[in-house]
Amino acid sequence: MKPYELTMAEAMEKMESGELSSVELTRSCLDRIAEVEPQVQAFISHDEESAVAQAEQADSKRANGENGKLLGIPLALKDLLCTEGVRTTCGSDILGNFIPPYDATVVEKIKKEGGVVLGKLTMDEFAMGSTSETCKFGVPENPWREGYVAGGSSGGSAAAVAAGECLVTLGSDTGGSIRQPASLCGVVGMKPTYGRVSRYGLVAFASSLDQIGPLSRDVSDCALMMNVISGYDQRDSTSVNIDTPDYTSSLVEGVKGLRVGVPREYFGEGLDPEVRSIVENSIKVLKEGGAEIVDVSLPHTDYCVAVYYLIAPAEASSNLARFDGVAYGYRAQDAASLVDMYKETRSKGFGAEVKRRILIGTYALSSGYYDAYYKKASQVRTIILNDFKAAFEKCDVLVSPVTPTPAWPKGENSDDPLAMYLTDILTLSTNLAGIPGMSVPGGFNKEGLPVGIQLQSAHFREDVLLKTAFNIEKSLQLGVRVAHR
Amino acid sequence: MKITREEVLHVAHLARLNLDEDELVKMTAQLDTILSYVDKLSELDTENIAPTTHAHQSVNAFREDKVHKSLPREDAIANAPEDNGEMFKVPRVI
Repeated sequence: MKPYELTMAEAMEKMESGELSSVELTRSCLDRIAEVEPQVQAFISHDEESAVAQAEQADSKRANGENGKLLGIPLALKDLLCTEGVRTTCGSDILGNFIPPYDATVVEKIKKEGGVVLGKLTMDEFAMGSTSETCKFGVPENPWREGYVAGGSSGGSAAAVAAGECLVTLGSDTGGSIRQPASLCGVVGMKPTYGRVSRYGLVAFASSLDQIGPLSRDVSDCALMMNVISGYDQRDSTSVNIDTPDYTSSLVEGVKGLRVGVPREYFGEGLDPEVRSIVENSIKVLKEGGAEIVDVSLPHTDYCVAVYYLIAPAEASSNLARFDGVAYGYRAQDAASLVDMYKETRSKGFGAEVKRRILIGTYALSSGYYDAYYKKASQVRTIILNDFKAAFEKCDVLVSPVTPTPAWPKGENSDDPLAMYLTDILTLSTNLAGIPGMSVPGGFNKEGLPVGIQLQSAHFREDVLLKTAFNIEKSLQLGVRVAHR
Repeated sequence: MKITREEVLHVAHLARLNLDEDELVKMTAQLDTILSYVDKLSELDTENIAPTTHAHQSVNAFREDKVHKSLPREDAIANAPEDNGEMFKVPRVI
């Protein structure tokens, strides 16, 4: 087995025992990047020299008896996490030359624990999309099949782990942007509870929905990464000041007594039959392990796309007002006035999907339409949240598909935004409710495309997700490390 | 029609975006489709339902009123498209 195929936990063990150095591991990932990146296109930028220097530093720290939860582990970051001195584009021309003067809190934490940052990953422009095809600096491809999407918006984050370009990545999830690409690329992805992970230094898309989370090769690595990134941060006023458990203690075999809810609305029309049978198989293995299977209802699931595509654009239209060509980023030249400068900068700097959402959001918040659109959506959001509260009185965890279908060819739906929005129907309400959600590999369809299982639990119960996912992983024994095609 | 060409132009101005003729035609049609779709929310009675703007009912997050280290000025303007060494420069306003 090549070093780049290792899980983070395995690599740590080998480095602790002296069998492997961080430089060897990092070089193995860099060689893998050189080999597959022309097809996979998971990276917007990566810096070999810096990576090797960080790895050397990790090796000498270890030699000096120092340790760290990620000491010597090569990883990569979605390109909307600010990295001091390293270009952070958000996949957009408007930030094409932006060099942040500070690190995001999660980046600080990763560096403090000795992680080796290889580079920054492709994503939909400003995280607005479901396929990463709106990225201005390369579109990732599904490592399992040529010409197929890796998902989005954290498509690069999922593809890099699946292709073996690094051991673990961070992404962000506003409406499914970690879970959906994780599912389509066959890796583990978690969106933590709203408030669990600091978003200081995350370029904001929709502030009441955004969360940062890990994508990894297996469930144990997800728990390890959650241990690193979780916790209260005074610099993010929405981060919640409660204790962070040791997530690795959730990785115990046995689900006896676990109440597994199956939300019937998630198995409706439009669900691919192979996806259905893969999800049903996971439910079956949980049942065989002693879990109690409960039929539950989330009756307002059908409204979540409408709620989301008002609230997220409304917040985005406000958040993206800061991109005006004044303090950083692209500025259009030779404008006649300040307002013209704003307009030309934004019109040239933003892509079509971003403009579309800014327009919807501005409209929904504008005078005369606020009550009918934004307020109405926020009220229905309460109803959706109440559906989840009722469901979690009957069960501990919800099991469902992540997406109605496996990955699809690039270029589909590119002229039909609503059709694309509707593919997100199974992931959006997690963010609207602020609960944690996860995707864990469930198997492959006949064409060899991966299918993920979505798990959702009550606020701050990531431990239940990890325990359930760990048991699904143990029972299925898929044994896949890196995509092969 | 849920939204007219003139309304799209008005909203684009509010959002400080220019749209060329092709974009305007396309955006008007796409926004109309999306707004027609979200109209399904009117099926639900929300008369006595409080809106949720945040997943947690958080109150204001205060910190102690103490001066912290902030970004040095040269770092803060390092990314500016145009500056004079002390301030951001923009096209003439007055």
